[in-house]
Amino acid sequence: MSVLYSLRDVTVRYGSRSVLAVNELDIHAGEVLAIVGPSGAGKSTLLRLLNFLQPPTTGALTFEGMTFSPGRDVPLAVRRRVTTVFQRPVLLKRTVESNVAYGLRLRGQRDSAAAIDATLEDVGLGGLAKQPARTLSGGEAQRVALARAMILRPDALLLDEPTANLDPYNVGLIEQIVARLNREHGTTIVLVTHNVYQARRLAQRVLFLLDGREIEVADTHTFFEAPKDPRTGAFVRGEMVY
Amino acid sequence: MIDGFREAFSLIIGGDSQLVEIVLLSLRVSGIALFISTVIGIPLGALLGLARFRGRRLSVALVYTGMAFPPVVIGLFVYLMLSRSGVLGSLNLPWIPRLFTPEAMIVAQVIIAFPLVAGFTMAAVQGVDPALRLQVQALGASRWQTTWAILDEARVGVIAAVVAGFGGIISEVGAVMLVGGNIANQTRVLTTAIVLETNKGNFGLAMALGVILLSMAFTTNFIILRLQGRSFDE
Repeated sequence: MSVLYSLRDVTVRYGSRSVLAVNELDIHAGEVLAIVGPSGAGKSTLLRLLNFLQPPTTGALTFEGMTFSPGRDVPLAVRRRVTTVFQRPVLLKRTVESNVAYGLRLRGQRDSAAAIDATLEDVGLGGLAKQPARTLSGGEAQRVALARAMILRPDALLLDEPTANLDPYNVGLIEQIVARLNREHGTTIVLVTHNVYQARRLAQRVLFLLDGREIEVADTHTFFEAPKDPRTGAFVRGEMVY
Repeated sequence: MIDGFREAFSLIIGGDSQLVEIVLLSLRVSGIALFISTVIGIPLGALLGLARFRGRRLSVALVYTGMAFPPVVIGLFVYLMLSRSGVLGSLNLPWIPRLFTPEAMIVAQVIIAFPLVAGFTMAAVQGVDPALRLQVQALGASRWQTTWAILDEARVGVIAAVVAGFGGIISEVGAVMLVGGNIANQTRVLTTAIVLETNKGNFGLAMALGVILLSMAFTTNFIILRLQGRSFDE
């Protein structure tokens, strides 16, 4: 399995406060990697690094063979191969279809009506193309945000607590869509969640972060059934004290 | 009052050539000044609202002061700068407008309007959800595309900024009176004509001019709002 991302001795510090310190982490092309951990563990910071939205303070981040050190600007073309869906869907004050088209238009692509219709069908919002985005329910809005990311066919799709605010029906829908995207298009998925059950349902590997450090990364079965680190076991069983 | 409306009506219907000239000059001076103010004010407002740099607080304070500055004082300032013995006027350069010309009036109106456009634009972009910036960058927006997306989200406020700028100058009298001089057929605009006719005791004509000014302001604002109608319907 080829490596999509590789992090070596990556740290992120705000002033004197260290929020992330990852010694070694490889993310494989085509996998679903879940990142779990309590809030403040550095999960969202790690995702921002992976989307090149913020540089590491020290260390090297390699993406498809290109290595980016702190001083080096990441070209727009590289950043455009990755995208993130955040916990709260920030939709533009436009119609649903214009939101879905937004990323494509940033890349200078127009005439994408067929792709937009197909993607909206994929997320179960086929009839809502012309609706103003702000009239949608929370679950619908998050599915529009997902469609807006999926249509870009990113190499990596980063999901930052994508279902944290949603009802079980929408959680189920979004998990299905994400699993299908990974299966059918081989999109690498990095899913940040505090919900270990969701990690278990979706991921092939799970990374446990605590206070900005990687405690354990293992395939999902091992992670849940036979974790090496006692803290992982405690977190999985819901006994984590923090 | 009613006489004023009647006179306004007959003047408009009659197409009085002097009146047409005054209206066209008002529109030309304030239109050009508004255009320049928008070109300066929107980027300045976006910069002040979105970027963090040294001197930002001071710049914001200056813009806010500019928004509240009495136009007549700006007129006085421009007058002193452009007069023959003034700092700029004495240079005698071809691109520096002379006093008592429409160009001098445009300069004064730009100084009045651009802080209004910049200040309201700044407030509008600061009102946009801060998470939007990260989201559009995550979707692949360049720096310019990000700024554009934020301005677009704030469009209702940005349009209001332009409307405020227009309102500030089309109705302004002190500065254009000082730097323009209210010269018939040259620098007489609606507001200065109203002052003159009132002083002469021609209240009917003054009222008529006022009615025309009011309907011009209304029509212009209506057109600006219609141009962006979808943002209000959404």
